[in-house]
Amino acid sequence: MSTVERAAPARAAAHPATRRRLRDREWVWGYAMIAPLVLGLGVFYLWPVVQSVYYSFTEWTLFGDSSWVGLSNYEKLFTDAAYGKALRNTFLYGGLSLLGIPISIAVAALLNTKGLKLVSFYRTLYFLPVVTMPTAVAMIWTWLYNGDYGLINYALSLVGIEGTSWIANPSTALYALVLVGVWTQIGYNAVIFMAGLQSIPSHLYEAASIDGAGRVRQFFKVTLPLLSPSVFFVSVLSVINGLQMFDLVYLMFRKGNPAREDTQTVVSLFFSRAFEEGAKGYAAAMAVVLMLITLLLTVVQFRMQKRWVHYA
Amino acid sequence: MTGKTWALVCAGALVAGLAGCSSSGGGDSDGKVTLTYAYWDEKNQGAAMKKIIEEFTRTHPSIEVKLQFTPNKEYWTKLQTAAAGGSAPDVFWMNGPRIGLYASQGALMPISDQIAQDKVDMGKFPKSLVDLYTIDGKQYGIPKDFDTIGLWYNKALFDAAKVAYPDASWTWDDVRAAAKKLTDPGKGVYGIGAMAWPQEVYYNTIFQAGGYVVSDDKKKSGYDDPATIEGLKFWKEFLDQKLSPSIQQMTDNDPIEMFKSGKLAMWYDGSYDAPQYAKTEGLAADVAPLPAGPKGKATVIHGLANVVYAKTKHPKEAWEFLKFLGSEQANKIQAESGAVIPAYEGLQETWVKSMPNVHLQAFIDQLPDAKPYPVSKNTAGWSAAETDAITKAFSDGQDVETVAKQFAATMNAALSQEK
Repeated sequence: MSTVERAAPARAAAHPATRRRLRDREWVWGYAMIAPLVLGLGVFYLWPVVQSVYYSFTEWTLFGDSSWVGLSNYEKLFTDAAYGKALRNTFLYGGLSLLGIPISIAVAALLNTKGLKLVSFYRTLYFLPVVTMPTAVAMIWTWLYNGDYGLINYALSLVGIEGTSWIANPSTALYALVLVGVWTQIGYNAVIFMAGLQSIPSHLYEAASIDGAGRVRQFFKVTLPLLSPSVFFVSVLSVINGLQMFDLVYLMFRKGNPAREDTQTVVSLFFSRAFEEGAKGYAAAMAVVLMLITLLLTVVQFRMQKRWVHYA
Repeated sequence: MTGKTWALVCAGALVAGLAGCSSSGGGDSDGKVTLTYAYWDEKNQGAAMKKIIEEFTRTHPSIEVKLQFTPNKEYWTKLQTAAAGGSAPDVFWMNGPRIGLYASQGALMPISDQIAQDKVDMGKFPKSLVDLYTIDGKQYGIPKDFDTIGLWYNKALFDAAKVAYPDASWTWDDVRAAAKKLTDPGKGVYGIGAMAWPQEVYYNTIFQAGGYVVSDDKKKSGYDDPATIEGLKFWKEFLDQKLSPSIQQMTDNDPIEMFKSGKLAMWYDGSYDAPQYAKTEGLAADVAPLPAGPKGKATVIHGLANVVYAKTKHPKEAWEFLKFLGSEQANKIQAESGAVIPAYEGLQETWVKSMPNVHLQAFIDQLPDAKPYPVSKNTAGWSAAETDAITKAFSDGQDVETVAKQFAATMNAALSQEK
């Protein structure tokens, strides 16, 4: 590190002309390097955002003719009971999916235990759900949750508890969904937390134990504060992902499920409005509102981080 | 960072792009014209479609037909996007709930003139089907097939409970009495499956009670009509008395599978599911006409039609192909496959004989009492909400009348937005 830092200014100082050329070229190279990412983001993220905002002020006929309708799509949002319900479900889901964070920290801490055998086996096991296709995840859990023949109810029956039709019962369906969502996220979160745990210098623990701190106290006074940047990162991602829940809802709660109303998220409602009912302009307005909510929550989280996130 | 939302929008755009690449082939250099024909049922009907095309190209060597299969779940999304991009298939399958929208928005080619010119006899098809595809006095499709609903029953369960098999004389009261005798909680056997499915289940009883789903002028919902509500209550009684599995149970376990595995003694289902009941091993199933309600007999009739895309590059060739699809020859190929009842008059016999172990004649005998599948111009604008509402109405602790009346208001609002 230090040799490079010293060498660069030394050479540049010797040849001012070279320095200028180099700077010019750096300018070009810098942009060339980020071009693929910027173009990709621009074409596949930013441009659709701009288009969606535009579409939210229009109404579409089925076959692509659109007309400007001003704010009427947004007005309709206030009277659409299904949208209100979807918002409630989405917030509940997003909030509850934060429960995955303490679970992931516990998993990461366990996987990080010194002298643990078969570490890579366990790591793979926990990470597997992350890379499993949502379709497969939804199918397996649908079987597990089956009221009459599901494994979960069978296990419960052994201890004398009578289960229910977990994903067809309106009062349990959303929680059943949260459980699956959290389950699929644990592996990803745990990897981030493991990296965070490993970057905590061991001398801090030594110092703490010399000062007489027990393991519990070490966890709360050393581990947790130094892990807070990872916790912050994961919680921002969890909230964003939670608000955009779609695939599992679409796959597990099909038409005709009595709990559908209680599990529809904003994005799954967006999908049916836009692509099944053909109300593309109205659906775009739903998406724009969701984007603003997501933006707001993320800004709030970034503001709040000063209070509890410690960067070492 | 709102990835998925926008990804969806992108996905829509991609679908449009892909569809644009794949359909509507132009004329080849040797003067050969290529048509694309889209359909959604490969498992039951793929073979028949291929055979029909083989026959067609034999007599029309200058036209090539490419089959384009899309699973039913994505069919309409894809077709709609392709039509919006001006590149839908030349000829494709159409159904009742969608015809109003597609025809009224100019996506389909009217064929009344061609029918008159080539003297195609529309009298060979059931009138209710021809009417279904007539919008504002213009014909848009030639019926392809049709289906009615019947009362499927498990003979072994009837024998065990010593109940006489259903026949054409049955009424609602016979169903009620039989369901009571057939239910055996110890064995997990239910008398009947009261699932919240419209076409197979509650539309039929709504009509049998003298109710309606959409008024004839398509302006009013029938769900606040006492007769309609009576048709729904027929099913709710079975659910309340536990003579049917609960809606939750039937969400977890497909009632079709429950019937096949002997958990349901009676089950209302369409002629299109006949092949799987006739072929399930260990299942002795048969079918009878639907029992009569307070206002007599009724069954839902629905049928598909073949239609031509309004912006096809080869209207003449597409019409030739459409005419062939509506011919006796093409219908005969369908009949022999057993998958669907062909729409063409006189060919129903062939279909009835395709599965001799079940009494398929029951579906044909009901034709005089058949009521068209209820549709409006934009059926999709209310049908999803309808399924959700009736599912709720059929769930534990819900009052059918209250929920149905609430939905009537929702549906009326949707109907009022149709132009």
